[in-house]
Amino acid sequence: METTVDGLVIGSLYALVALGPCLVYGLLRVLDIANAAALTLGGYLVLVLAERSGSPLLGVLVGMAAGAVLGWVVQRWIYLPILDRGPIVTLVTGIGLYIVATELFRLLFGPSQRSAHVDLPLPDLHLGSVRLEGIDLLVLLVTFGVIGITWYVLTRTRSGVLWQAVAQDRHVAGAVGVNSPRVIAAVFAVGYALSALAGALLSVKYDAVYPTLGDIPAYKMLAIIILGGLGSPLGTIVAALLIGLVESWVVASFGFALPRDAIAFVALILMLLIRPQGLIPSRVVKV
Amino acid sequence: MTYAIVVAVTAILMASVVVSLNLTAGYAGQPNLAQSAFFGLGAYFAAVLSVQHGLSFWAVLPVSALVSGLAGAVLGAISLRLREDFFAITTVGLNFVVVALFKSIDFFGGATGIYGLPLPTLGGTSFTNDHFLVLSALLLGLVVLVSKVVRDSWYGGMLMAIREDELVASSLGAPVALFKASAFALSSLLAGVVGAVYAFFISSITPETFGFNQSVLLLSMLIIGGMGTIRGAIVGAVLLTLIPEMFRFASDYRSLVYGVFLVLVLRFQPQGLVGEDSWLARGAARLLRRSRSAPAAVTEVSA
Repeated sequence: METTVDGLVIGSLYALVALGPCLVYGLLRVLDIANAAALTLGGYLVLVLAERSGSPLLGVLVGMAAGAVLGWVVQRWIYLPILDRGPIVTLVTGIGLYIVATELFRLLFGPSQRSAHVDLPLPDLHLGSVRLEGIDLLVLLVTFGVIGITWYVLTRTRSGVLWQAVAQDRHVAGAVGVNSPRVIAAVFAVGYALSALAGALLSVKYDAVYPTLGDIPAYKMLAIIILGGLGSPLGTIVAALLIGLVESWVVASFGFALPRDAIAFVALILMLLIRPQGLIPSRVVKV
Repeated sequence: MTYAIVVAVTAILMASVVVSLNLTAGYAGQPNLAQSAFFGLGAYFAAVLSVQHGLSFWAVLPVSALVSGLAGAVLGAISLRLREDFFAITTVGLNFVVVALFKSIDFFGGATGIYGLPLPTLGGTSFTNDHFLVLSALLLGLVVLVSKVVRDSWYGGMLMAIREDELVASSLGAPVALFKASAFALSSLLAGVVGAVYAFFISSITPETFGFNQSVLLLSMLIIGGMGTIRGAIVGAVLLTLIPEMFRFASDYRSLVYGVFLVLVLRFQPQGLVGEDSWLARGAARLLRRSRSAPAAVTEVSA
């Protein structure tokens, strides 16, 4: 049971990170690894600002704002100009950006792991025999809140319709008066802000930040958005939770059999061979 | 200058792998981020068979070629089922799976890797760095020759047709499956041979040497040089091997320089430094034209 809760918590953090790249993929067909840089940024900012100001909340908010700015800059100055160069060029550019970010973090904050020392005044929750730590509860609440809001925005508001329009065909959407560049900029900003939020939660949960914090989430989130069916937000969330759960269960029952981080990719490769369109294929984004 | 010769051999071996990668990523247009897995398979089989089973360098070369080639054919078969982006991520995942196998299967020596590969011998004399220099240059020559033959043949033309539009190629009757799978097999086979030579050259290997970062580096070399061209593959490999060495004095900033260089080239010269229609290639073409003093009017129109 504890394992299941742990898996859900990890899975919901994956979902938070993967949601942005999933929406971005829908718009631009770009697999955006650079997004994970925002995760590390969020982790460091919550640490630094909690130390300086004593308020982790301020750190989270500043981190999200900084993430949003980063996302805007990345799409405007890096991705959009090279969009028609094909998927390999954008993918490798994203990896390059991520390397640059990791190196900057290492030079600025030092190579070693830093402890966040953030004590949140959160009560633990006891449900029968299961004890839920305060931070885990917070992660679950925040993630499901974000998922709920995303679902609402995508399906019930004008912004959601705009995303669908641009995702279906950027040029046609532009031709009928949709401001595609603005939709793209907004999605990047929101996606990077969500990653920064996930990074902040991650660093508080494990009480650790290091320059390569985003490595594993970066590659795993790619596996997750593909597992879910590229460009399908619902599929991405389901896949993220599934991967979190499967990892926890496999590690708990077999111990070391396979490194935890290879599991997502083994699942991915098996899955693609059986069901190449992903768990829940997107009806909007045609691949 | 042992140090210089080590760098030179490394650069030539990297150039050989990148030229082999160009067969799938460049000519056939497949987003292949798993080349270091095949490079690594070749290296690992060479290391295991020579250290633990006492086989000679010359005996393990064909084994490495065969194993990597077969693994490549399997990846080629997988690529048939998956569209571009799905396939790209599958190749990303393949790196993690292969490294996990190297680490957790006893046959491959576990997380510490394999140490103490014997020096190859030729007619009784052990290899020195000079021998390795000649051998790697010959190997690069072989890989370039194979690539040129492929490029100029009907077979290479079909690969490029698949790259431009797979649907059209298949509707014109091209057996796309056969072409893709064979391109992967050939590319991986060559990478496996280079891997075997590399393993003997550095004499100890660890799983992480052949991980995702190495695959990214190999593909970066190809893209920075110029995807789809042999000269691009070689220039990219040599540049990205030499630049970190040149920044050895500022070792803390080496990875940063690599990352910034990668992003800048891709952002402003995505066709590669010496690729088709890059600034340098256009400049060289203009110089050639001028020296022949031929009228340039005809070519101006097509631009």
